[in-house]
Amino acid sequence: MTALQHLSESPIAHLSAEDVERLGQELDALREEVMADRGQRDADYIRRIITLQRRIELGSRIVLLASLFPPAWLVGTAGLSIAKILENMELGHNILHGQWDWMRDPKIHSTTWEWDNVSPAELWKHAHNDLHHAYTNVLGKDNDLGYGLMRVDEEQPWSPFHLAQPLWNLLNMLVFEYGIAVYDLELGRYFQGRKDKAEVRAGARKVWRKARRQLLRDYVLHPLLSGPSALPTLLANVTANVVRNVWAHSVIMCGHFPRGAMTFTKASIEGETRAQWYLRQMVGSANISGGRLVHLMTGNLSYHIEHHLFPDLPSNRYQEIAPRVQEIFARYGLTYLSGSMARQVASAWWKVIRLSLPSTDQSHLRHVPPVEHQQPTTSRVVA
Amino acid sequence: MSRHAVFDGLRRLLTPLAGAVATPRVPADYLDLFAPLRSGTHRARVVDVQPETDACVTLVLQPAGRWPGHRAGQSVRLGVEVDGVRLWRSYSLTAPPGPDGMLRVAVSAIPGGRASGYLVHRVRPGTVVGLEGPDGDFGWTDPMPAKALFVTGGSGITPVIGMLREAIGRDLLPDVVVVHSARAGEGVIFGTELREWHRQGRLRLVERHTATDGRLDAAQLSALVGDLAERETWACGPNGLVDLVTALAEEQGRAANLHTERFRPVVTVAGEGGSVTFARSGRTVTTDGTTTLLTAGEAAHVPLPSGCRMGICFRCVVPLAEGAVRDTRDGTLTTAEPGGAGYVQTCVSSAAGPCTLDA
Repeated sequence: MTALQHLSESPIAHLSAEDVERLGQELDALREEVMADRGQRDADYIRRIITLQRRIELGSRIVLLASLFPPAWLVGTAGLSIAKILENMELGHNILHGQWDWMRDPKIHSTTWEWDNVSPAELWKHAHNDLHHAYTNVLGKDNDLGYGLMRVDEEQPWSPFHLAQPLWNLLNMLVFEYGIAVYDLELGRYFQGRKDKAEVRAGARKVWRKARRQLLRDYVLHPLLSGPSALPTLLANVTANVVRNVWAHSVIMCGHFPRGAMTFTKASIEGETRAQWYLRQMVGSANISGGRLVHLMTGNLSYHIEHHLFPDLPSNRYQEIAPRVQEIFARYGLTYLSGSMARQVASAWWKVIRLSLPSTDQSHLRHVPPVEHQQPTTSRVVA
Repeated sequence: MSRHAVFDGLRRLLTPLAGAVATPRVPADYLDLFAPLRSGTHRARVVDVQPETDACVTLVLQPAGRWPGHRAGQSVRLGVEVDGVRLWRSYSLTAPPGPDGMLRVAVSAIPGGRASGYLVHRVRPGTVVGLEGPDGDFGWTDPMPAKALFVTGGSGITPVIGMLREAIGRDLLPDVVVVHSARAGEGVIFGTELREWHRQGRLRLVERHTATDGRLDAAQLSALVGDLAERETWACGPNGLVDLVTALAEEQGRAANLHTERFRPVVTVAGEGGSVTFARSGRTVTTDGTTTLLTAGEAAHVPLPSGCRMGICFRCVVPLAEGAVRDTRDGTLTTAEPGGAGYVQTCVSSAAGPCTLDA
């Protein structure tokens, strides 16, 4: 992956400024169509998932009260892992995007939902919704490109620190929820002197308050409630949190890291139009193919391209609009990146391993980086 | 130690524990899986939908838990989900609390009304709705007056029918005249019951049909009810009708003997409009002077509290953090005080320039 502006063969070079604007209009129309059609069946869908998630969670927690009995431990731990994954992926992530705000249900709303994660919803929403979705794949702007920890693009400068990045990635994967919390504090900006200390401290206090409640629940109260099964229950909670961490980390790696996803230079998004923003999301994101279970357990981030085009559409709609999005890709001569979970995870990991070494092959780069965006114009787009 | 103190102590210990075990959810979220209609949930089950006219039904509701009771003439707020969207609206209770524990409310379909249209035409028995209240102070005076007059228009009869039923049920009905204005005779809500009472001589019913008789005016009303000035008066219905009765009572110096209930706020002025920021939700919308803050916020999916939607119940108030808003009923300008949190009624206020609400 290299900034698209520096590639000798840009995958969007064949599109004129007018093509891009027309593409934007088509996507706007598609978005409007779905927005206007939201209704009872969508509301029923999210309520069904919420009920399912709560039943699985409650059932697993109850089974774990007898976790001294190995089959109970196994069933309870599996159930709790699934419940946590559902809560973070299909519920937390999507509700916090405001996908269900239109229902006006104060319980299912981006301003009131708190998720089963040590990072407080408020901090995560800023880092994710305001920054990652606006600056998707822009080098130096989008911290999701390696989380400030790894080099995942040829254009990110190499340092000896990156030699061990497969290990960093592995560790981050295991403790991912803490990784997200630290990441949401934007410590990188703080160390660069672009975020003041008081702000970081206030954020850290929020993280600590949230983390304390999470830790108390999983590692103190539920084990104590289990009486003689306290230790196995503690182990079950640790396992479920780690399983959720590994799963979430893997799904998210599939979103922008697989081979073929494009990155962008900072200069290229100056004065970017909404249509150009759409195009950036299209060539910068990748999907995961699979069955219904994959889509549910990834929180429909398997339809990552659709999600990045329309972050606030109800998640159950991504699957429905995917064929139409693919048709638009085909018509505009763009590549719709998609692959099985195993393939995308492997591709992302290979990139982490490959880029732990300095890049030598520059043949795919243009000699002069001409970074001209097509229309120096209008509005900055915020997703 | 008394039993009460033991329970109290246990509750004080268990409540935070249950909260800590359920975090980041609350224990109620899990109880809802099994007992959505348990006591204290502010919900009710629709038990029956009884048609009154083509465009009006009586909903029979079984409230969750014990109903605190209500007075005739009061209303409740029902929270319904229409096409996936939660809407809260006020409806009149039409009967005193019965021995069966059921509540009865009347719902008239307003043309284009989403909530009323749903409740009149689509809701099925078994549906669970939100239930808040009772609200309002429209009702019998204490003591009961010797002579009473009700001036009602259209669905304005709905709080009045509850008052009449209660008084008749307790055999306390005073000398009553009901002047009811409707478009035509066949669409009169509770018409059969009212006419039956008239036939039995329990009260005097004067029906006016605007389709044939035209709109009622003050002179006609005075002519229809000769001893109008001696009667404690209740008026409920369209603003024109309530305004007429109000003007007449003021003219006679009897404003204190008049009780009114409106279905819509009286809009006299438009605000200037402007951008409204909902600080906690992080949303900003641009509004014109006729759009209320509540309508604008709801359109932007901000979860705002709401109640009667006509400036009476004060359920919708939120702090005004910055800027100014105008009360659309009388034009009063409210400006945010530095440091102080002035509350504004979002359902009857519109933006007077850019403003920020703490919601």
